[in-house]
Amino acid sequence: MARVVHPARHYLNDGYGISSWLLTRDHKRIALLYLAAVTFFFFVGGAMAVMIRLELATPVGDLVTDETYNKLFTMHGVMMVFFFLIPVIPAVLGNFLVPIMIGAKDLAFPKINLLSWYIYIIGGLFTLYALIAGGVDTGWTFYTPFSTVASTTNVVPTALGIFITGFSSILTGLNFIVTIHRMRAPGMTWFRMPLFLWSTYATSLINVLGTPVIAITVLLVAAERVFHFGFFDPRVGGDPVLFQHLFWFYSHPAVYIMVLPAMGVISELVAAGCRKPVFGYSFVAFASLAIAVLGFLVWGHHMFVAGESVYSALIFSILSFLVAIPSAVKVFNWTATMYKGSVSWETPMLYAYGFIGLFTIGGLTGLFLAAIAVDVHVTDTYFVIAHFHYIMVGGTIMGYLGGLHYWWPKISGRLYNEGLAKLSAGIIFVGFNLTFFPQFVLGYLGMPRRYHAYPPEFQVLNVLSSAGASILGVGYLIPMVYLMWSLRYGRVAGSNPWGAVGLEWTTSSPPPTENFAETPVVTWDPYEYPAADLEGHVA
Amino acid sequence: MWTGTPLFPESASTIATRVDLLYFFLLAVSIFFSLLIAGSIVFFAVKYQRRRRDAIGEQIHGSMILEIAWTGIPFLITMVIFVWGASVYFAMARPPDETLNIYVVGKQWMWKFQHLDGQREINELHVPVGRAVKLITTSEDVIHDFFVPAFRMKADVIPGRYVSIWFQPTKPGRYHLFCAEYCGTRHSGMIGEVVVMEPSEYQAWLSGGAPEGSLASTGAKLFADLACNTCHRPDAQGRGPVLEGLFGKTVRLQSGETVTVDEAYVRESILTPSAKITAGFQPIMPTFQGLVTEEQLLALIEYVKSLHGLPQVESR
Repeated sequence: MARVVHPARHYLNDGYGISSWLLTRDHKRIALLYLAAVTFFFFVGGAMAVMIRLELATPVGDLVTDETYNKLFTMHGVMMVFFFLIPVIPAVLGNFLVPIMIGAKDLAFPKINLLSWYIYIIGGLFTLYALIAGGVDTGWTFYTPFSTVASTTNVVPTALGIFITGFSSILTGLNFIVTIHRMRAPGMTWFRMPLFLWSTYATSLINVLGTPVIAITVLLVAAERVFHFGFFDPRVGGDPVLFQHLFWFYSHPAVYIMVLPAMGVISELVAAGCRKPVFGYSFVAFASLAIAVLGFLVWGHHMFVAGESVYSALIFSILSFLVAIPSAVKVFNWTATMYKGSVSWETPMLYAYGFIGLFTIGGLTGLFLAAIAVDVHVTDTYFVIAHFHYIMVGGTIMGYLGGLHYWWPKISGRLYNEGLAKLSAGIIFVGFNLTFFPQFVLGYLGMPRRYHAYPPEFQVLNVLSSAGASILGVGYLIPMVYLMWSLRYGRVAGSNPWGAVGLEWTTSSPPPTENFAETPVVTWDPYEYPAADLEGHVA
Repeated sequence: MWTGTPLFPESASTIATRVDLLYFFLLAVSIFFSLLIAGSIVFFAVKYQRRRRDAIGEQIHGSMILEIAWTGIPFLITMVIFVWGASVYFAMARPPDETLNIYVVGKQWMWKFQHLDGQREINELHVPVGRAVKLITTSEDVIHDFFVPAFRMKADVIPGRYVSIWFQPTKPGRYHLFCAEYCGTRHSGMIGEVVVMEPSEYQAWLSGGAPEGSLASTGAKLFADLACNTCHRPDAQGRGPVLEGLFGKTVRLQSGETVTVDEAYVRESILTPSAKITAGFQPIMPTFQGLVTEEQLLALIEYVKSLHGLPQVESR
């Protein structure tokens, strides 16, 4: 067995001091800059979720005022969606992995990559300013005419923050598309790429095509507030529902921006966790593209009760059912990958099990919402809240945490405490289900979302949900501790601690600044596990 | 603590049971697939657990038959759900011919109801059991949403538009009414109750008092007060179109297009008269934007509806 050594020279010790980080063009260091920033926003958004759940432990509005409560759920949504869920996997794991997985030295445009981070930070500062200046109370959806004529809070700075941050998504997306097209190592054909890259590519397409729409939409809201144009004001011939079309034209595909990268991570985790190729590789790859394309055609299902015509509703309903199919195909393929695998029970695989289970429930409950007659009853209730948290928290965050644990030894060169990691994965799974499952029941009972106070018969289910949230919160804090601890005290990982295949496991951990000593030449298919060679791979 | 904690909502309208049936089908499909996936994962994870550190899995790449099966079967199931969901939705969207009409105006943060007989209510709506009720809704300010969980009925109440929804209650009782579209500070206080009564009780409630007369008569008075009647005269001699018998008809516009006279068109013609001029008339009518409230508009509309060629006959 090969001796595990820490490399003498790697990207983390290639230059010290603040400027070596803030002016870096190394995609791996930029990934870590993003890691710090998104983690900050995650805990800010998470703190608001804690306040929301504490308030909802009792049916009367007693902990905070209605005004504060409305600001809490608005800022929770804005922070989590635009500053955590959308960037998290592409900007952290994608930035770190895209060049390494294709055998390149860096992204195609390293300076633009750094620029993306600064744009993200500037957008974030606008939004933090809005928070400190008194918050905003429109909901993260900014529905007009409430956001344009009725709200008296900081709508404009928040809108500008989202507008600015959008450019960071666009530039990162563009960078990934060009890099994947132009910088693949010799022999790295499209169908030899890891599935994480297929889903990153699909996500980047949505980012580049969709983000300009939300940018223009929030800009129109800001302009209407300042200049009173009347685009969305029925009193002067505008249409408030037009805003919803524009908003969801981006924001429904944005759901796939959040979950597609997580699906890519899961493909990697399942392949490595079973040491075999992902079942139906090309079906999983094309499912990502199908989701990206179909995802643009379903926005109208957010408006079944918003005065949409019966026939529009039918079209959006059937298209919404169609977009469920590629997601189902992925779930079946991941499950089938486990058949006759060498199935690991290590932490990354636990997150993969969690993802598949929770995403399945999230996806199936999406069918309830696509069925128009049922949607009429459950839309704008806690059923929807539960559904999209199963996708975004159960899906995206489980995928992200699984990926972070899987690639942490590569990023840091060290191993974390496996026992604590398994424990916190279990706590997160239990806490998550206790938080969000009761919300499905509440939703069908008819509890509307964004309610500061609610009828007393809903209390028991709300108390269960709040209890679950406190467990979930603990589950998210534990990895912060042991991952930080591992940076200094963790066992040295070696280049391939999981015995996995993939270019990232052929270079040292942490990798050198230029990623590979010499450009690799790829002669093998993805996830090809050569029985004979493996002994040398396993640390 | 669990006593009084419902796990399933009351079903109190004709549509509710149809929605619930589809919901149970969806639940069955969901439970089946969740158990299939979760069961397979647990089974494979135990059966094929890695036993040697360097063991690899069997190198299987896929199966076209399986791919076709798990693309095709979910597709067929979703199409069944689609057709089922759409057919129930058609029933929701199409009110029967004979309905009891009530106007609803939402505003931050209350619900105002206007019965045709003249009764007005706030945050409480009385209706008889067993009769189809059509609500014609609009908003004074931002978007609200009229949601009665027990009826499985929900619709956005949109400023500048009239959205109609209908329901037929099947059980007397008091049911939650929620605003389901976030509308500002006291959104969660924009709640009320729908009181479903036996027909006899409802009649008693109706006769309890309508101090101002019917909605159409209020509209008639307003029609005179605003001097609408100087131009809109029943004898075709006025400068504006004759309104008698107009509602529900199709009229030809100056532009050559045609339009059906419904609530939205009457509203638009009062607030933005120049938008759609009837062929043969001059655009001389002044706007009443800002001069009439949403509720006065509804009274005027109801008055126009009541003009069936014989101005004195009211219809319900």
